[in-house]
Order: sequence, then structure tokens, then C-alpha cells
Amino acid sequence: MKNIFSIVKFTLLIVVLFAVIYPLAVYGIAQFAPNQGKGETISVNGKVVGYQKIGQKFDQSNYFWGRPSAVDYNAAGSGGSNKGASNKEYLALVQKRIDTFLIVHPYLKKSEIPAEMVTASGSGLDPNISPEGALIQVKRVAKERKLAEAKVKALVESKINTPKIMGTPTVNVLELNVALDQLK
Amino acid sequence: MNTELFGIISIFIVTIVLAIPLGKYIAKVYLGDKTFFDPIFNPIEKFIFKISGINSTEEMNWKQHLKTLLSVNMVWFFLCFFILLFQGSLFLNPDNNPSMSPDLAFNTAISFLVNCNLQHYSGETGLSYLSQIFLMFLQFVSAGVGMAAAAMVFTAMKERTTDKLGNFYNYFIKSCTRILLPLSAVVAVVLLFSGTPMTFEGKDAITTLQGDQVEVSRGPAAAFIAIKHIGTNGGGFFGVNSAHPLENPTYFTNAVELWAQLIIPFAMIFALGFYLKKTKFAYVVFGVMTVGFLLLVIPTVISEINGNPAIEKMGIAQTTGSMEGKEVRFGPAISGFWSIATTVISTGSVNSMHDSSMPVSGTMELLAMMVNAFYGGCGVGFLNFYIFIILAVFISGLMVGRTPEFLGKKIEAREVKIAAFIAILHPLLILSGTALASYFAANNTAMGYWFSGNATGWLNNPGHHGFSEMLYEFTSSAANNGSGFEGLGDNNPFWNITTGIVLLLSRFIPIIGPLAIAGLLANKKYIPESAGTLKTDTTIFGVMVFAVIAIIAALSFFPALALGPLAEYFTLK
Repeated sequence: MKNIFSIVKFTLLIVVLFAVIYPLAVYGIAQFAPNQGKGETISVNGKVVGYQKIGQKFDQSNYFWGRPSAVDYNAAGSGGSNKGASNKEYLALVQKRIDTFLIVHPYLKKSEIPAEMVTASGSGLDPNISPEGALIQVKRVAKERKLAEAKVKALVESKINTPKIMGTPTVNVLELNVALDQLK
Repeated sequence: MNTELFGIISIFIVTIVLAIPLGKYIAKVYLGDKTFFDPIFNPIEKFIFKISGINSTEEMNWKQHLKTLLSVNMVWFFLCFFILLFQGSLFLNPDNNPSMSPDLAFNTAISFLVNCNLQHYSGETGLSYLSQIFLMFLQFVSAGVGMAAAAMVFTAMKERTTDKLGNFYNYFIKSCTRILLPLSAVVAVVLLFSGTPMTFEGKDAITTLQGDQVEVSRGPAAAFIAIKHIGTNGGGFFGVNSAHPLENPTYFTNAVELWAQLIIPFAMIFALGFYLKKTKFAYVVFGVMTVGFLLLVIPTVISEINGNPAIEKMGIAQTTGSMEGKEVRFGPAISGFWSIATTVISTGSVNSMHDSSMPVSGTMELLAMMVNAFYGGCGVGFLNFYIFIILAVFISGLMVGRTPEFLGKKIEAREVKIAAFIAILHPLLILSGTALASYFAANNTAMGYWFSGNATGWLNNPGHHGFSEMLYEFTSSAANNGSGFEGLGDNNPFWNITTGIVLLLSRFIPIIGPLAIAGLLANKKYIPESAGTLKTDTTIFGVMVFAVIAIIAALSFFPALALGPLAEYFTLK
């Protein structure tokens, strides 16, 4: 019994070390991190329109679209579809997404659609698409906004992050759309 | 594509290179040599031990080690269980998340206690910040317990006869303060400046650019995610773990998190070599583990890059590979690499949804956990491998007609019986659990209290893949891994309680076994090496260990794999 009592005391003391002092130290350092460790936000005219790292739903035709999401981009939660590669229902859904995408972008060939535009991300909050995924939407967005295609294309190209040594090329959809809104 | 493959190779090599000096450092810590952190932590530790009345210098035998290990775990379990049960009405709960049901609290407390982090809840809605922080405490101490157990086995492997095997508290606190805490602090700071939040504010409500109302979950994540990887725990702060853009914001943080989960399991092997001054033996062990790891990782990366054949037929461009359940910023290549790193090591954090992995990858992820000895978790990885060494020594001793000896100690019936029992326990728990769940699913049994509705309701996918979901859940529990085919509806009494029991048994029995064997061997007479000794630091012995592992894993698990992911692979062709 005396033994258990010392273990309880020991536990409480190391709780202080690992669960109070350590997180508070990190919290202290966070005050010097971007946006004081509250998550980086993007503002338009002083109003926060989103978090830089968190994807948003775009389904209006005058915006670039992101990936399908299993949680509809509500970042109160997160989740993937968890569908297996051979699941028939899932494959039918992907086929439907391809068909819809082709109806909205009638100028495209099927083989130009990159896989991420018709498959759900792991988090349901993926902020990125591939450069190809953005470039194939240029014609639609330009037409919808009555902008020159070349101008919109140049904007997309300026928003492509190409990895120098390691990584994948990405386009942040929210940042692209914020810049698009400012394009005259 | 080249930048992706280069990413994988460089992360792997950098980790190995850095693991060697870290191994040297860990050996120094356990040998009690002076280290850089002594001036900071020596007084703190002295204070803690003085107040709690613990003598951290008295030498313990293996039974005392075990008794202490089990008692501290019991205290931690009850503390955690009650916090989770009442979190809804305790402090640090800005999102007003509810208290856990008893079966979920039971499962969660156990799974964090045993370094598994199975997580049948989602962090955003299932936990208060107080619970998150307390679970973070368990992430430190459960890793510390595994390392302390390994340190005792290291001590027992020295060339002498003794029953004095160091002090559990000493090994434990040093693992936590000298190794886990400094490394976690570094990783936490890197994450902070890459965009991971560390705030005590609750959800933020915003209006998106196109005008939707959404909320964004935040929290004290950076500190948590650091130890989740350094301690090979793997429990995510957010529901989708390291696939979440705040939990793992960039390709760079992904590399850091990979490094963080691999570094201690790698370094522990080198530490063994430096500790015993048998570096060649350590290199053989590391070599066997690396061969096993590469055999699992290469097919996985290839199958993820090749993409889903069923989607290929639809005629779209799978340029980078299979994207279902993957994030664009990582891509399929490194997601495939991660899925094996996290299952080979008992981390269980995910940066892609394993349920949507290609069937070959699913097979490899399962195999990685079924073997559970290539690198392995913090400390316990080596303990699992130790069992296979004992079996290999015994079998090869019999084959060449020499007395089975390991590091100057005779291996006899008692040790082999314990080792065989531990080796069989793992498949027994996985397969009987899966059989039970499959029986209910096959008959579509009405589960009553155990699950609302009929048993097939817990499956998210039909057919072979549904079977894989159940197999994966029990494999992950038995390997103390914690990743999942997350489509499985697992937050209900049936899964919470069955996996909870598997978790307990498969954590503590595989610690008790190696501790007992090492303790028994340490007590035996030391026989100096002679011409008749079977050398254990040679390639041939390495091959022998590998063969033992492969035979045990293949024979026990092949039928189950054939019913699940392998069958799915052939239907997809």
C-alpha cells in the first residue's frame, strides 16, 4: 500500500513535468510562431476568409474547385471516405464524378483529368490540387469571369509550388481563388 | 516523380545516419555516464524521487522490475480512465465535448497506456483539451516504460552472472527526460513554425470565400504531435491523424514526422551495440530488420504509384498514383512509404487512409504488424526481436548439433518455452479475434448491447475488403500499432472491449516474456566463447533469424491474408 502511495505521488510529479511544464513551454514558444500558434489565416479586406492550410468547398462555377471531400470541408471534424479500391459503389461514384466533371468542362478529354479531382482526400480538408488539376479549369473560370484565358492561366502558373529537391508540385486552391477575386 | 522518390530515399538515409550517434548517446544514458542534460535534469529527478519516497539507486532483479512496471501502469490506467469518463464536466473543454462512455473510456485509456493509440473516437469531437494533454502524458510514459524494459534486457545481456539488473525508475525517468523530452521539444518547435497550432482556444467559426459557414478545429496540437511520433505512439490530435493539414502541414513536416517516428527504434538497436560493446551484433540485427523493412516497403510504394487498376480503366490520368485517401501535398509515393514505416514500427499514425490503400499495400501493412519485429516500437521493438533471436539460437543450435548459447549463456527448455509461447500468442490473439468478429459478420447477428444493429453494419466495405477491415483492427491491436482501416465502425462495446482485452494481453505478456528470459539467462553461469560456440554476430545467423520470422509469420497468417487483401488483389486485376 505504501508502495502504491509513492507511485501516485511519483505520477503526479511527472504529470507536472510532462503535461504542464512541457506543453506550457511549447505554448510560450508558440507566441513567436505565425499567428501565435492559432493557425495561419488568410484575410481579404481585413476579414478572415479561411485558414491557409485548411481546404474549403468551392462549387460555384466562377471559382477553381478543390478535391471531393468526405466531410464536405467542414473543419470542425475531418475524415476520408475509407472506401476500398475494389468497392463497386465507390467505383460508380468516381465514374459519376468524372462524368459530371466532363459536363462542366466539355472541352476536356477524359485522360486530362488528374485522379485527385475525382477522389476524396485523406483528411477531407486537403487544401491543394495538382498544377494539372488547376490548369484544366482555366478555360471555364476565364469564361465565367469574362477574363482573358491567358491572364487566368498566368495567375495559376504564378501559384504553382514546384518542389526544388523533394516533394510534390501543388496549388493551394484558396490562395488561388483569393488572387483570382483580385484579378481585374 | 523523381523528387518524390528522392524524398523517400533521403529521409531514410538521413535517419539511419543520425541514429548512430543517438544510439551512442542512449547507451551512455543507460550506462549512467555523464550527459549534456545532467545539470538540468539531475536536480529535478532527485527532487521527484525524494518527494515520492522512491529509491532510484537500489538494484532490482527481473521480478522486481516487472512488479514495478505493472504497478505504475495500473495507477496510470485508473487516473486516465476517470479523466476520460468525466472530461465533459472538467476544465479545459472550450468546445464542450461530452464525457466518454465507459467502454470507450476503457478502450482509450488502455490503448494509450500500452503505446497503441487505437482511437475509436475523433479528437475534434471526442476529447477535451484536458484529456488530450493527459493522453499526451501517457504518450511520454508508455514510451518510457518500453525503453526502460529494453534497458533492463540490455543490462541482462552483459557477460556476467548476476540478478542485479539496474533500477526500473532510473531507466524509466532517464528515458523520458534525457531522450524523449528533448527530442519532442525540437520536433514541436519545428511543427509550430511550419503551421501546426498550439493554442487553448476552441473551434473558430468562419465564413469561407464563397460564403459557407464552417468551423475550424484547433488546439494544443504541436506539443502532442511531437511526442506522438518520438514515442512511436501514433495517436492523432485530430481525427484523421497526420493526414490533417494542421497536424502535418507540409512535405517538410511530413519528413520530420517520419524521421521522428523512425529515429528511436533505429537508435535503440545501435544503442544495444554500444552498450554491450558488440557493435557487429547490432549491425547484424539492424541488417535483418532493414531487409525485412525494404521487402515490405518496395512493393507498397510501387503499387501506390501504379494506382488503382479499376480507376485506370475509366480513362483518367493517375499521373502520381492512387489518390483516394491521400493528400496532394504528400502524394502516393511517400504515403506508401509512411504506411509501412508506421506499421513496421508500432507508431500507427497515418498520413493517408489505409482503408483506401491498394490491396498489395494493405497486405504489406498487415504483414508489417503481424511480424512486429522489424525495428518495432520504442524499446519493445527489440524485445519482440529478442524472442525471435532466442528461437533462432535454439533451432540453429539443434541443426548443427551445438549447445544453444546466446552471449555466453545456455538456452534451455524454460527459456525456449517462454519464447515459443510469446511467438504463438500474437497470431492466436489476432486470428481468434478476427474469427469471432467474422463469425458475427457472416451470420449478420443482431448484436444487442454490443453493437446497435446487425454485425455487418460495422463494415464500411463489402466482400474481401470488409474481412480485411476486421483483420486489420485486431492485428493493429495485437501489434500495439493503433492505425486502422478506419471505415470500420469501431466505437461500440463489441470493438471497444474485445480490442481492449487484446491490447492489454499483447502489450504486457510480450514485455513479461523477454524480461523473464533475460532475467533467467543473466542468472546463469557465464561460459566464455569457444570453438563450439554458435556465433550470433554473423550474416548466417542473421539469415537464420530472418527465416524463423518469415516461417512463423507466413505459416500463421498466410490463410488470413489470402482471404482478405490478396483475394481483393486478384479480383481487381
